[in-house]
Amino acid sequence: MTIIKAALALGLGLCLFGGAAQAQATLTGVKQKGYLACGSNPALAGFGVPDAQGRWTGLDVDFCRALAAAIFNDPTKVRFIPLSAKDRFTALQSGEVDILSRNSTWSMSRDTTLGLDFPAVNFYDGQGFMVKKKLGVTSAKQLDGASICTQQGTTTELNLADYFRANKLKYEVVAFASADETFKAYDSGRCDAFTTDASGLYSERLRATAPDDNVVLPEIISKEPLAPAVRQGDAQWADIVRWTHYAMLNAEEAGITQANVDQMKSSDNPDVKRILGTEGKYGEAIGLTSDWAYRIVKLVGNYGEVFERNVGQGSPLKIQRGLNALWSKGGLQYGPPIR
Amino acid sequence: MQTPAPATPRSSPKVSPLYDPRIRGAAYQLLLLVVVGLLAWTAIDNAADNLRNARIASGFGFLGNTAGFDVNQSLIPFAAASSTYGAAFVVGLINTLMVAAIGIVLATILGFLVGIARLSENWIVARLAEIYIEVIRNIPLLLQLLFWYIAVLSALPSARDSYALPGSVFLNQRGLFLPRPLLAADAWALPLVLALGIAGAVAFRIHAGRVQRRTGRRLPVRRVAALLVLGLPLAVWGLLALLGLAPVTFELPVKGTFNLRGGLQLYPEFVALVLGLVIYTAAFIAEVVRAGIQAVSRGQREAARALGLQSGTTLRLVVIPQAMRVIVPPLTSQYLNLTKNSSLAVAVGYPDLVQIFMGTVLNQTGQAVEVVAITMAVYLTISLVTASVMNLYNRRVALVER
Repeated sequence: MTIIKAALALGLGLCLFGGAAQAQATLTGVKQKGYLACGSNPALAGFGVPDAQGRWTGLDVDFCRALAAAIFNDPTKVRFIPLSAKDRFTALQSGEVDILSRNSTWSMSRDTTLGLDFPAVNFYDGQGFMVKKKLGVTSAKQLDGASICTQQGTTTELNLADYFRANKLKYEVVAFASADETFKAYDSGRCDAFTTDASGLYSERLRATAPDDNVVLPEIISKEPLAPAVRQGDAQWADIVRWTHYAMLNAEEAGITQANVDQMKSSDNPDVKRILGTEGKYGEAIGLTSDWAYRIVKLVGNYGEVFERNVGQGSPLKIQRGLNALWSKGGLQYGPPIR
Repeated sequence: MQTPAPATPRSSPKVSPLYDPRIRGAAYQLLLLVVVGLLAWTAIDNAADNLRNARIASGFGFLGNTAGFDVNQSLIPFAAASSTYGAAFVVGLINTLMVAAIGIVLATILGFLVGIARLSENWIVARLAEIYIEVIRNIPLLLQLLFWYIAVLSALPSARDSYALPGSVFLNQRGLFLPRPLLAADAWALPLVLALGIAGAVAFRIHAGRVQRRTGRRLPVRRVAALLVLGLPLAVWGLLALLGLAPVTFELPVKGTFNLRGGLQLYPEFVALVLGLVIYTAAFIAEVVRAGIQAVSRGQREAARALGLQSGTTLRLVVIPQAMRVIVPPLTSQYLNLTKNSSLAVAVGYPDLVQIFMGTVLNQTGQAVEVVAITMAVYLTISLVTASVMNLYNRRVALVER
């Protein structure tokens, strides 16, 4: 099991080596290895899942590709390491992965006690419930006495306890180590309801034996800002991750797409020029080249394209932009200016 | 043949302490201890240092923090709002011990039966036992657990159309629901009577043994014991009931919105885990038992038959006692295996120590080093205790050479 391996590596590493091994710059390490080790969801359609040919797809997966594009000018120089919810932070702490891009909620305790940083939120989500249609349940408030399947080691598990306590409802929790086992148990009737982030509900519903027999309840019971995570203490690496996301946002805002990025290079718009590196050397300040954002958009796409392709209208999930629309369109995605 | 040694002292005062083998030995031991201790201290100190540098919280203080998550199967009261990570650890530990204890008892019974059946003179019985052993031993336990879990789940009806069995017992995908006995205040008499019954049965067995040795007459030990252990408490209960007292009442499971409410619930995760562990380990125990029985020389069996003992009695009084000395050491390792394998509970959602503590608690606190260290220490302790108990038993059954 990965957790034991990672924990042992962490333990041994911590015991035997001094601080030097940890303090080494992640970017240097990545360049030396020649690839980016990306902690990914093992199987969540739309966020991180390998297809039949072993090719990974998803919003979080594309984020790692964007990073690789910025660093190597090659989005394929990523190795995806599938991690379950309970293994993920240990794997990042121990250095098994360079970045955790695995729909993980940014919370204060994770930010402050795990030795991690969450540079930028790449998906604003919230926790919801899914039930079988035939139960006739229309609101989460009617779930008094229900059995609820959830994945352990998640904020979901804690929100669930909070929600039922706050609403003075009884429930029985059945927790599993992997998302796959959790959903199978729900699908086979072990639980009345299945709970996870709303995006996850839509994604998992596709795997149900009869997807249309399941209905997502209207309540969103928590804030789940999903963010890539890096080890704390490497400011340069955190900057690279943060600005990779912001570059994708700024590109979308400036109307730069994968298709028109080459034409845009000759644009006179100063914003576009700064993003694409034809004016200024912003990329060099974070240890990359000045055309870093050009590479990201050219090889992976802007945020809107990545969103629609993986979880939006171009995908089976059909999730609305909602909170994840640009700030200029009523959403929360706001990329600070590149200047 | 040795002649008595001359009375001169062995350690001559002329040898300097530097060359005294005893002192040198002790010094080396001490040196080794210091080196090992120093290494351990450096490792721990370095780990703490590095955790601090990586800004990862460390120490064992987290055990006192509020857990904030719920557990569905707990023998002690546990609530997300008020219980601590320490309490979650205890819940997991108890659940692990419970599965291990029940698993060991059932696997021993099944293993002995199959092991004996494997040597049966009845061809079909022997072959069936052989097939069972070969099939079960050679399929990974994790697959078997998943099989039992999914088989148990999919064979049963949904919660809303439970099978109703006689006596307010219900069976559905959420488990087996039994009436829950509630002890009233005046119920203390029952355990007391039960204890008296058991004591009486033991005393009678000793008495019967003496009578048999003295006169050769055999008393009906089993019937009397059953009467004392089961009959006595039942009689007292009936008497109390006649007097209008109700020492035990039952809370019956009743239908709720989603599922049955009340009563005693046996969860499918627990059943699948115990079933998987017992069936798997019993196959190994069966082979251990077969080896033990075959190690008893054929002459013993033939001698017993010549004395006119029946085959069952031969097995019980002649073969098994001698086989035990061969059986016990490998049996101990099977017990340890079962206990350690119970950590696969995580695959079927049973909240054992690994699931709760190394899963949820580790993840919510992020203190991997501490949590993994505690968990390893717990399994080590359980294994050492089991092994030492079995070693005590082994000393009793070992061949005493005179």
